[in-house]
Amino acid sequence: MAYSDKVIDHYENPRNVGSFAKDDPTVATGLVGAPACGDVMKLQLKISDTGIIEDAKFKTYGCGSAIASSSLITEWVKGKSLEEAAAIKNTDISAELALPPVKIHCSILAEDAIKAAIDDYKSKKA
Amino acid sequence: MNYFELFGLAPDYTVDTQSLAVTYRELQKQFHPDRFATAGEGERLVALQKASEINDAFQTLKSPLRRAEYLLSLAGIELKAEQQTLRDPSFLMQQMEWREQLEDIAQSNQVEADIAEFEQTLKQSQQQLQTELEAQLSQQAYESAAVSVRKLKFMFKLQDELERLEESLLE
Repeated sequence: MAYSDKVIDHYENPRNVGSFAKDDPTVATGLVGAPACGDVMKLQLKISDTGIIEDAKFKTYGCGSAIASSSLITEWVKGKSLEEAAAIKNTDISAELALPPVKIHCSILAEDAIKAAIDDYKSKKA
Repeated sequence: MNYFELFGLAPDYTVDTQSLAVTYRELQKQFHPDRFATAGEGERLVALQKASEINDAFQTLKSPLRRAEYLLSLAGIELKAEQQTLRDPSFLMQQMEWREQLEDIAQSNQVEADIAEFEQTLKQSQQQLQTELEAQLSQQAYESAAVSVRKLKFMFKLQDELERLEESLLE
């Protein structure tokens, strides 16, 4: 299967790989996995007092499309409010990366990682 | 006729793989294309289809994971093509840590011992999940069985990666 140029670019030069300290109160962590392929994705968001995502990091164990999807969303969510980030759809991700149908679940995983991180932030605030 | 019926078995997760293999060879013989070489075209085609069904059934029933998936599909739960995401933080955190550990093993100066130890850890966890799955299936708790199958998929993926690492180190 051929990867698109954008997938290859993110795969070879992944943006924002790494971790923030888990116990930092401004950090939200979203942890998701795709049973279909066994991929695991961790997305962390650093969120300001006003609810703006200041920084994002990811760590993904999976195929090129999963890595590219998570790398892409770390770029996309920066500077966004939580509401704006929550509105990112897997179809936006798969369109941007030109993912083939068999790799759509990678973009779903990335969308769900954002949602999981936001849920984590809300439960920390509550 | 479902795969279990084809092999004369009750639809049960516990399968004796040895007798499964015996039945497989018997069925194979019975529907071997050579036996239908002089038969009419229609009959030949039916035998061929049957042979391929027997093969699919055997591959499905002998693998614990595929057997569980198949049992769930008989119960109306389709896991094969699902795109659902698993959101179980403690399970996934463990998966993350194991994948990190696998990366460390590749750099280790006592690779063989580390691999053996890691293999043992994975095996234990996998067996525990499988025991849970067995109980869930026998109680027809299909939704929780589906969760166990999803988790087992991550375990098998890890095992595959460990095996790949082992092979790459041998080269």
